[in-house]
Amino acid sequence: MQKLLLLGDEAIAQGALDAGMSGIYAYPGTPSTEITEYVQASKFAKENNIHSMWSANEKTAMESALGMSYAGKRAMVCMKHVGLNVAADAFINASITGANGGLIVVAADDPSMHSSQNEQDSRFYAKFAMIPILEPVNQQEAYEMAYYGFELSEKFKLPVMIRITTRLAHSRAGVKPLPLRKQNEITLPSDLRQFVLLPAIARRNYKGLLNSQAGLEQESEKSKFNTYFDGKDKSLGIITTGIAYNYLMENFQDKPLDFPVLKICQYPIPRTQVMKMVKECKKILVIEEGYPIVEEMLKGYQESGTPVVGRLDGTLPRDGELNPNIVALALGFDTKTDDRIPEIVKNRPPSMCTGCGHIDAYVALGQALSEYSEGRVFSDIGCYTLGALPPYNAINSCVDMGASITMAKGAADAGLIPAVAVIGDSTFTHSGMTGLIDCVTEKSPVTIIISDNFTTGMTGGQDSKALGKIEDICIGIGVHPDHIKVFKPTKKNMDEMVQVIKEELAYNGVSVIIPRRQCIQTMKNKILVDKVKELGL
Amino acid sequence: MKTDIVLAGVGGQGILSIAATIGMAALHSNLQLKQSEVHGMSQRGGAVQSHMRVSNKEIASDLIPMGAADIILSVEPMESLRYLPFLSNDGWLVTNSTPFINIGNYPNIDDVIAEIKKFKNHIIIDADKIVGEFGSKRSSNIVMLGAASPFFNIPFESFEEGIRKIFGRKGDDVVETNLKALRAGREFTEKNRS
Ligand SMILES: Cc1ncc(C[n+]2csc(CCOP(=O)(O)OP(=O)(O)O)c2C)c(N)n1
Repeated sequence: MQKLLLLGDEAIAQGALDAGMSGIYAYPGTPSTEITEYVQASKFAKENNIHSMWSANEKTAMESALGMSYAGKRAMVCMKHVGLNVAADAFINASITGANGGLIVVAADDPSMHSSQNEQDSRFYAKFAMIPILEPVNQQEAYEMAYYGFELSEKFKLPVMIRITTRLAHSRAGVKPLPLRKQNEITLPSDLRQFVLLPAIARRNYKGLLNSQAGLEQESEKSKFNTYFDGKDKSLGIITTGIAYNYLMENFQDKPLDFPVLKICQYPIPRTQVMKMVKECKKILVIEEGYPIVEEMLKGYQESGTPVVGRLDGTLPRDGELNPNIVALALGFDTKTDDRIPEIVKNRPPSMCTGCGHIDAYVALGQALSEYSEGRVFSDIGCYTLGALPPYNAINSCVDMGASITMAKGAADAGLIPAVAVIGDSTFTHSGMTGLIDCVTEKSPVTIIISDNFTTGMTGGQDSKALGKIEDICIGIGVHPDHIKVFKPTKKNMDEMVQVIKEELAYNGVSVIIPRRQCIQTMKNKILVDKVKELGL
Repeated sequence: MKTDIVLAGVGGQGILSIAATIGMAALHSNLQLKQSEVHGMSQRGGAVQSHMRVSNKEIASDLIPMGAADIILSVEPMESLRYLPFLSNDGWLVTNSTPFINIGNYPNIDDVIAEIKKFKNHIIIDADKIVGEFGSKRSSNIVMLGAASPFFNIPFESFEEGIRKIFGRKGDDVVETNLKALRAGREFTEKNRS
């Protein structure tokens, strides 16, 4: 078969399609977005009725995937690392219910925080849930792991995690596909109470989960993704996880590698292979993309035994993404470390587009707030977060999706009145709505600006669940219609906008202000343009 | 035989179309390829780069080690300097001369060009002007690729084939314009390399 040129993300999607997946569920988030987009663009997926619509958030995605698994079909759910925090309740409990049809959870981590608030390592979550992790070394393995992951999940009746990081997610290489498998037919679990986590059943299921650990470890020991390359120089043994292996090999392109190397790409950790290295080698270097998980497990608290070095003792940096030069230093090789660039080069951070509606909304908000003291604008996650940068300097917080409304409420409770929230349309339906209920219940003096651009802009313009529904949602939740104000954010409307915002800031209760104008990046999206026209927005 | 290339530009300038063409050219020459792209936040007008590695042997790392790149190919002059630590001492710096100014403190362009000229192997090309001579502004990225093409271990015919594959869907005219752009870029370098 011919090789396909695929991103790591796309390789996972193609692997899942070829493995007979019936549905993919996700909320966009860098670097995971392209997995679902690949399925959405696939003709094969359309012809075979494979579900690929976006979900409202990661928790609803995780639960829908679990439901599809309950019905006996293969499902995949994808998210960025922080999305797993949102889905965590469903995720952890899914290891207790177990799976029926194959269930894969893809978590895409972002070390060095290229597009994220933190660099948390999703392997901790899988360890916490006691499910296997597959962590591909390259695009081919990403493909094969999606394919094999469903098998593994169905064999142990457990969800399986595929963990990738930005570098692999967004790097392209040739991939050789495997033969196509058919989708499963609907088959319900043989025990119809398997998914009822009442304590008595949960206790039984949990024992089952504990009992399956030995089998999972066995699976890792014989996995083709874990390889022990023996070497004659036992002064050092090297353990790599995931793509760290590539950075190691990059440093041995023109010299022999005589140290034993254990490449780990499937967890739980293959204990016998690790112990062989610990016994035979004088020192162990652990190279991991992410947190020092394997290193901590090996090291433990005891200072005795074979010395283990890595991110914890400074042999490798404690934070950030790996690269060939960092690994060269850890190996004691001579390498270029001077990363200075000519002084003339200025920073070029991302910024809101010229002509973006968020900008006009911020200008109006700034003017309306000029009579109050500073520091009362709680924002959220989206393109409008870039309002934190000069020349706008417009916001005072960005924490997690949905936190704008609830933080404004808490600050107002503390007496910071008025408090302002700025949130995007997609973030509002992701997790802003629930916070709004809290505000309405207590008649909190908050002014909530839902900057509606009809799309999920920051991640590349995916559909927004909020399209055409925001006012109805707010009224349904209990915001008084007199305090729901809509305007088109443009320079021409500035005076009117400032006036409206001023009035609502002065109101002692919940107001929702909706600056509404289409994201200029989506103007070529004909389906959206037509839809907006049809809805009369 | 390998070629390591850092592609540079500003989010929205379309460096990924250059990457896609190189990818096709590499496939056509039966070479291995790894291409690391920047998606996400930086695409909103921020500095973006792509590491592209082409080789007849298996490629280990998706990232190019510092000091090892054979080519920096930049569609914006200041951005070409941002990745200098990656360029090897005898590598080539190939850049467009037209600045993309979306920050308040963009330096004086003459100073930027002077800084680029400090590096021994450089090609500075006004791709937008060259493209103006035969039409479509959108092909300026392909002029840039043409200008860098002599420094690849990939035959020129493979680049032409890459263009045909990438732009084929858009019709013969688009293919022809881009082939012209590719050749014009290459000609410029052949005339001006010292
Ligand atoms: C839990 C979580 N999921 C996903 C993301 C990725 N993400 C960041 S911004 C954003 C889009 C927000 O869209 P919207 O609120 O409509 O604002 P816009 O970017 O369109 O201005 C997404 C999906 C995230 N940071 N956290």
